[in-house]
Amino acid sequence: MTNTDWPLWEVFVRSRRGLSHTHAGSLHAPDAEFALRNARDLYTRRGEGVSIWVVPSSAITASSPDEKDPFFEPAADKPYRHPTFYEIPDGVKHL
Amino acid sequence: MTAPETAAVATTAALALGDDALVLSHRLGEWAGHAPVLEEEVALANIALDLLGQARVLLSTVGDEDELAYLREERAFRNLQLVEQPNGDFAHTIARQLYFSTYQHLLYAELAAADGPFTGLAAKAVKEVAYHRDHAEQWTLRLGDGTEAGHERMQRACTALWRFTGEMFQRVDGLDVDLAGMETAWLESVRAVLHRATLTVPEGPRAGAWTAGAGRQGVHTESFGRMLAEMQHLHRSHPGASW
Repeated sequence: MTNTDWPLWEVFVRSRRGLSHTHAGSLHAPDAEFALRNARDLYTRRGEGVSIWVVPSSAITASSPDEKDPFFEPAADKPYRHPTFYEIPDGVKHL
Repeated sequence: MTAPETAAVATTAALALGDDALVLSHRLGEWAGHAPVLEEEVALANIALDLLGQARVLLSTVGDEDELAYLREERAFRNLQLVEQPNGDFAHTIARQLYFSTYQHLLYAELAAADGPFTGLAAKAVKEVAYHRDHAEQWTLRLGDGTEAGHERMQRACTALWRFTGEMFQRVDGLDVDLAGMETAWLESVRAVLHRATLTVPEGPRAGAWTAGAGRQGVHTESFGRMLAEMQHLHRSHPGASW
């Protein structure tokens, strides 16, 4: 077999009733068209009404674990920054 | 479907379509564990499963699906010679897929639109075969218009299988479709795909002398017997077993 160095793609799927695309996994494909087709086979079992996004893994920039502290630890001693005191009305479904 | 003759011709047609799906499904199943990449293996297996599902529905309308699949001799199978052709290299498999799925898509679209014994099945299956056709077309484009080696292999495969394609448009009792119209549409579509893939449309004959095409009459090519031996071996070794 000759070289098949297909790039890696990340797959995001929105299910039929879902509100947002969720990362489902990754796969190898020669191009975006085939990445979509492979994602359909691998992650959706071809269920109708779903939306798929494929992104070349190289296009994603991730936060670095080294920067964890300044990135993800907000000042917990300022409670007014965290709107957690409110009762959520029953009518609000997607928050 | 009340008169006995109507039932008989519907049986002839169901066997023909069911055997096409069964045999091609088995051929695609042979790729399991051997496809060029994992993702493509899953795609081929998916197509095989779709076809096996169609075969089960069609053969069940004729009789017991297991008996029909496992206990018939080669001469009793009514599939096209195209679908029984060995997988060969990946290009051969794709060329076979391109030729057959284009035909099957046109056929099922017409059957789904008409009111006949196959309307229900065709309405479901037409979505599956549209995907099969798309998959085959995409690969034909990439192989044909890819590397030199891929182009060469794809051309060789398209040319080698060309002589089996006329058989698809022979009359089958019970299949009430516009075969001439389908053949025109098939040629147009396949020519367009091959053209886009920078491949040369084969010029050899597709029907008549020096071509293949008696699968519907039960005459098959050499490799088919071997395929059946493998497919039927277990059932024949343990007749009457249930699983």
